[in-house]
Amino acid sequence: MATEATPVVDERIKAESFMAGLMKRPELGAIAGVLLVTVFFLFAADSSMFTLAGFMNFMSPAAQLGILAIGAALLMIGGEFDLSLGSMIAFTGLFFGACVMTFGLPLILAIPATLVFAAFVGAINGQIVIRTGLPSFIVTLAFLFIYRGLSLVGLKWATGGSTQLRGVREATAADFLTPIFSGDAFPGVFTALGDMGLIDTFKNGTPKVPGIPVEILWFIFIAIVATYVLLRTPVGNWIFASGGDANAASNSGVPVRSVKISLFMVTALCAGLVAIITVLDSGSTDARRGFQKEFEAIIAAVIGGCLLTGGYGSAIGAFFGAIIFGMVLIGLSYTAIDQDWYLVFLGGMLLIAVLFNNMIRKRVTGER
Amino acid sequence: MSEPIVHMESIEKHFGNVIALAGVTFDVRPAECHCLLGDNGAGKSTFIKTMSGVHKPTSGTITFEGKPMSFDSPRDSMEAGIATVYQDLAMIPLMSVTRNFFMGREPTKGRGLLKRFDTDTANKVAIEEMKKMGINLRGPDQAVGTLSGGERQTVAIARAVYFGAKVLILDEPTSALGVRQTSNVLATVDRVRKQGIGVVFITHNVRHALAVGDRFTVLNRGKTLGTAMKGEITPEELQDLMAGGQELATLEGSLGGTV
Repeated sequence: MATEATPVVDERIKAESFMAGLMKRPELGAIAGVLLVTVFFLFAADSSMFTLAGFMNFMSPAAQLGILAIGAALLMIGGEFDLSLGSMIAFTGLFFGACVMTFGLPLILAIPATLVFAAFVGAINGQIVIRTGLPSFIVTLAFLFIYRGLSLVGLKWATGGSTQLRGVREATAADFLTPIFSGDAFPGVFTALGDMGLIDTFKNGTPKVPGIPVEILWFIFIAIVATYVLLRTPVGNWIFASGGDANAASNSGVPVRSVKISLFMVTALCAGLVAIITVLDSGSTDARRGFQKEFEAIIAAVIGGCLLTGGYGSAIGAFFGAIIFGMVLIGLSYTAIDQDWYLVFLGGMLLIAVLFNNMIRKRVTGER
Repeated sequence: MSEPIVHMESIEKHFGNVIALAGVTFDVRPAECHCLLGDNGAGKSTFIKTMSGVHKPTSGTITFEGKPMSFDSPRDSMEAGIATVYQDLAMIPLMSVTRNFFMGREPTKGRGLLKRFDTDTANKVAIEEMKKMGINLRGPDQAVGTLSGGERQTVAIARAVYFGAKVLILDEPTSALGVRQTSNVLATVDRVRKQGIGVVFITHNVRHALAVGDRFTVLNRGKTLGTAMKGEITPEELQDLMAGGQELATLEGSLGGTV
C-alpha cells in the first residue's frame, strides 16, 4: 500500500528494513520481554511450568493484572494516570460484596450496579482532573488514600467491625451468572480432551486443568476490544490525539474532555470487573484487595510501550506486559530462586522498559 | 472584482481596560492572498482569533458570504469554512500523517458497533492530498515528528483545504522556517489560492508578504493603517507603516537600508 502510493523515490530516504519497521511498534519491547522471560524459565524452571496446568497457573494472575493494565494503558495513551486503581478494586469490591451480602441482590442486579458504581467513581476522578486542570497524578494519588480509607470504613460498617466480608461464594453459588465471572470455562471440552488422552489427567480420569479460568477469557476479550478501538475506530484516534497534545486535538475538533473522562471511567470499569472476579473467586472481599495494583498495572502498561507523557502505546503491549508479570511472579516458584526477587525484577524491568521506550520514541519522531 | 467571502467592519476588541483592536476593517475575496502585516503587539493575533471565532468582537460586524455572522466558537467558524492554521499547527508529532490529517474528522465505514475508522481510504487520501501539495510521503504511517517544519505546515494547509475551507488563515507560517522551506510554503499558498480559496496571510516579514500577496493591510496599535494593492506599494513603505513611521526611518539611516 505504502510503496505503490509513493512512486517518486526521495533519494535522501534509505529503504526501511523489516526490522527497522518492527522497531517502531510500541509493543515490540513487551513481546521481546515475553520471549526473554520464556527462555529464562525454560532453562531455570521446573519443566512443569510449561505444561497446560503451569500455563494456566501463571496466566491467571497475569489476566487479573492484565485487565487493569489494559485500562491503565488506554488512560496513559490518553495522557492521564490513575493511581487510585488498586484502591478502587477494594472499594468497588466492597460495594459488590455489600450488594450481594448486605442487600441480598442477585448477581444480575449486583454486577451491573457494581459496574455503574465503578464508572461513577471513575467519572469523579476524571471530572476533578479535567475541571481543576490539576495533574491526574496528584488527584488520583489523593483518591488512592480516600478509596482505601472508605473501603476500610465501609467494610466495618457492612460487617459490624471486621475488615473482611465473607460468604459471597455461598451466596452466589447457585446464581446463573456466577460461571461467567468465576471458575473455569469450557469444563466439558477439557473433560473430553482428557478422555481422549490429549491433555494430562489425574489418576481418576479428571483432567488436571478443569477449564480455562474465566479471567483469562475476559483478559483476551478486553485486549482485543481495546486494540480494535485504538487502531480501527475514530475514538482510538481521539485517544492518541488527546494524549499527544490536548490543545492541538481540541483545536482540531476532538472532544478531548469527554475522551479523557470516558477513559477514566473505562479504567475504573476494569477495576470493577477485576473486583467482581476476585470477590466471586475468593468468596470474600477485604480492604487490602488490589494493594499496589495501580503501580503494577502502570508498570505493565509501560513495559507494553506506553509513554509516561501520553500519546503513544498499545493495548497489545500491556497484554504482554501483564503476561511477563504473571510468568515471573509464578515462575520463580518453579525455580530455586527466592520469590522475593520478584520485586527486584519489577523495578529493573520498569527501568529497562522506560529507557527502551525513550529510544523508540526518538526513532518514531526522528529526533536526534 | 468578486465579492468578499468574509468582510470584517470596524472590529473592536477590548480585554478589560486594554483596547487590543480599535476599529479594524478587513476583507478577503476568493482566490486572493490578503496579507495582514504588523509588528509584534499590533493586534494580529487578536484579530485572527476574532475572525476564527475564538474571541467575540466587542463591537463591529462580520459578514460571511454577504450574510451577517456571529461566531460563538472556533467550531462555528470552522463549519462555515474558515480554517485557521496556527503557529503550533495543531499537529501531534507522535502520530502518523494520516492520523493527524483526519484528527477529529475521521472517515468511517460500517455501521452500528462495526462503525470503524476507514484507514485505507484515510491513507489514500492523505498520500494524495500531500502529493498535490508537492510532498511525497514515505508512507501514510510516517510520524509527523519526522517531517520538517515546512512540511508540517503543508500538512496543516492540505488538511484545511481538503476539509473544504473557503478562507484559510495562516498565522505566521514562515516565521520559523529556513529559506527553502519558506519558498515551499509560499508555493503552497499560491497553489491554494489558485483553487479559489481566500488566504489570509499573517506575517511580519515584508518580503514573504510581497512574494505571494495580492493585497496588503498593515495593522499598527490595534488599527488598520490602510490597504494597498500589489504593485502600489514598495517594501520600504510597508516596512515603515508596520513600524509606525518615524522610528524605523531614523534607524534605517544608520543601518544602511538593510532592515
